[in-house]
Amino acid sequence: MSASSDKPVQLHTSPHLHQPLTVEKIMRHVVYAMLPMCAWSVYQFGLSVLMLLIVCTAVCIGTEHLICRWSGKPSTVNDWSAAITGILLALILPPGFPIWMAVVSAVFGVAVGKMFWGGLGFNVMNPALVGRAFAQAAFTVPMTTWVPSMAPGRFTQFIPSTWTPPLMVPRPIAEWLDQIAVDGFTGATPLALMKYNQESTETLALLTGTITGSAGETSALLILLGGLYLIVRKMMDWRITVSILGSAFILSGIFYWVDPTIYPSPFFTLFTGGLMLGAVFMATDMVGSPETAKGAWVYGILIGVLTVIIRLFGGLNEGVMYAILLGNAASPLISKMTQPRKYGALKKREAKA
Amino acid sequence: MSEMSTPSAATPPAMPSPLRLITTLGLIAMLSGFTIVLIYQVTLEPIARNHREALERAVFEVLPGAVSRANFTVIDQELIRLSDEELAAADLFAGFDEDGNLIGVALEAASRGYAGEIRVLFGYAPDREKIIGFTVLQSSETPGLGDKIETDPRFLANFEALDVRLDETGEALANPIQPVPEGAKTQPWEIDGITGATVSAVAVARALRESTETWVPLIFAHQDELAEESE
Amino acid sequence: MSATSSKDKPMTATTFTEGLWKENPVFVMLLGLCPALAVSNTAVNALAMGVASTFVLLGSSLLISLLRNLIPKQVRIASYIIIIATFVTAVDYIIHALSLELYNALGAFIQLIVVNCAILGRAEAYASKHKVGHALVNGFGMGLGFTLALVLVGGVREILGFGTLFGVSLFGAQFQPWAVFILPPGGFFVLSFWLVVFAAVRRNRERKEAAHGA
Repeated sequence: MSASSDKPVQLHTSPHLHQPLTVEKIMRHVVYAMLPMCAWSVYQFGLSVLMLLIVCTAVCIGTEHLICRWSGKPSTVNDWSAAITGILLALILPPGFPIWMAVVSAVFGVAVGKMFWGGLGFNVMNPALVGRAFAQAAFTVPMTTWVPSMAPGRFTQFIPSTWTPPLMVPRPIAEWLDQIAVDGFTGATPLALMKYNQESTETLALLTGTITGSAGETSALLILLGGLYLIVRKMMDWRITVSILGSAFILSGIFYWVDPTIYPSPFFTLFTGGLMLGAVFMATDMVGSPETAKGAWVYGILIGVLTVIIRLFGGLNEGVMYAILLGNAASPLISKMTQPRKYGALKKREAKA
Repeated sequence: MSEMSTPSAATPPAMPSPLRLITTLGLIAMLSGFTIVLIYQVTLEPIARNHREALERAVFEVLPGAVSRANFTVIDQELIRLSDEELAAADLFAGFDEDGNLIGVALEAASRGYAGEIRVLFGYAPDREKIIGFTVLQSSETPGLGDKIETDPRFLANFEALDVRLDETGEALANPIQPVPEGAKTQPWEIDGITGATVSAVAVARALRESTETWVPLIFAHQDELAEESE
Repeated sequence: MSATSSKDKPMTATTFTEGLWKENPVFVMLLGLCPALAVSNTAVNALAMGVASTFVLLGSSLLISLLRNLIPKQVRIASYIIIIATFVTAVDYIIHALSLELYNALGAFIQLIVVNCAILGRAEAYASKHKVGHALVNGFGMGLGFTLALVLVGGVREILGFGTLFGVSLFGAQFQPWAVFILPPGGFFVLSFWLVVFAAVRRNRERKEAAHGA
């Protein structure tokens, strides 16, 4: 955190009240930064996404509160971090994801991804991503069932699969799809279209988010706005975001340059899937990322490169989640290796000689 | 566990002679070898029977209507009949109905799936030039996803009548087997895939394609020979 | 620490029950975790693995206890391994003869019983120091404890992963399987869940005993 100014002495007129940047305050502003995105995704997908947002947030807060109580500690839900986990999780699940599965993923994410480690600050990985990774491994088919955005009647009715009875397979949505009559809807995200059909999608559609995908990954523009707000308020490490997006852009640019018929354009890589959301809101999670400036660059480049490699050569069409989880896992090591030299200490080689 | 650290009072600290050590180990090893041979002898027959029965079940499953079978191997493009004792060397199994008419030939095929090798057995009917049955012998595909190649009735319906006609030369398939995405099947030689288990479904298609390209021309040429082999 | 560490002590209930609970090989001693994780994806596989291991445990305990005064200390581990390997090979053939399906499901893990430290541990720590009766009873208890642990892990994994228990459907055809529980990570999740449960129960009991004593 570079909260303090660069000047050694600060001159201010009275009153000399200084409010320190607390965890609680940063977290609250992260929530503010995500609100436009949430509003847009509710507008796009309607009631189902609103329900997902409410349920995930409530379950994350509830799980954290209960675990705190069971372990006889004061509740930590007031630091807003559980709310962030809930919102993020809702935004990276498919819009028609059954509520009961969302509840399971949220409980798993907060319990195993965060509280078992000792709560905020001790977890290695981003809890929302742990929840999503669990959902991906447990409920693979529902996790890859997408619905069209801007469906008519989305504010008056739920996507049928949203209210699936607990433990059961999602209600079929084929009939509902026929009823809302979206022409040529294949249920494939832009990334899947690219991977399996070599079909690209227009950059403008990707920017504004009128595409198929999970609620929060569709509009790159609003994610960037949220990120800019946090960077301006110095509540986020811009190096991580820049290095992830930059390295992904450059690497996919190289592949595109080698053979544009097989590989997608770098702009496509940048604006599809969860890369933008991951780079702005998930990889930048202060707990899971390295604390040094040099480390932040290494960490960001690692995530960017891994994402592109998984997308282009892996079995999955989306790799941001695993890339960030791997980055999270590597960040203590990165932090350790990029510690700045102590003032006055000699470099190792010089010291030996 | 305090037992581990307590030295046994019965053992004297002095080192026993090497001869004693070797004899003891040798005796125990002999005893062990004897026991194993005994059990091997006793279980040999049931184990062989298990394998035979499992194979027979699979052969009859992929050749609906078959009640007896004959094993063959192929050496220099010639079919050679094998007895049940030489089962391990067999390449193909002909299945016959109650009247001794040839129903078809069961063949093995294999390829790499999502998680290791997939081995399948399929039935080929030379008179109709079609694949008429299919079963998975071995696979370690992801449960709930890739293992749909064994359970999904829609996928298995592909193999009730899959076209493997030969072209005019009689040496190659007119239309090699093609995998297509789920619901996109339009031709009798296409295999409708499984959404969410693309890799496994394509692996099955690849296995069948490779196997049919090698074996179907050969079997088709020898079908009269096979038909005469029934008991 | 157990009451039966001396050779001449009479057989007590603990001889049998310590393997079930107090020194459960999987949940307390954390031995034999490899089969406990690898072949516990269904309750049937877990049960078969448990029974096979119990058989090996019984057989090796019997033989090692019988031969305990004949085997010189210097070659005891080698002798135990040969004896255990013999029984493992026997089990391997027998399962192969009984059911091909079960044999394929258990795969290489039958052969790997030979390196299950729960069994060698029993041979070294108990059977080689006790009379045949004691060794058999104790080995049987340990085997049952191992089986119990495997079935507990396998049961949970099968219920969540397939919606069945011992092959009987519990939730009907519309059940959404949690694929992750059949895959290797599921083994770790469920095992750690049971470890937490066992640890909590043990701690509660100790706390009560302490309160009682004071």
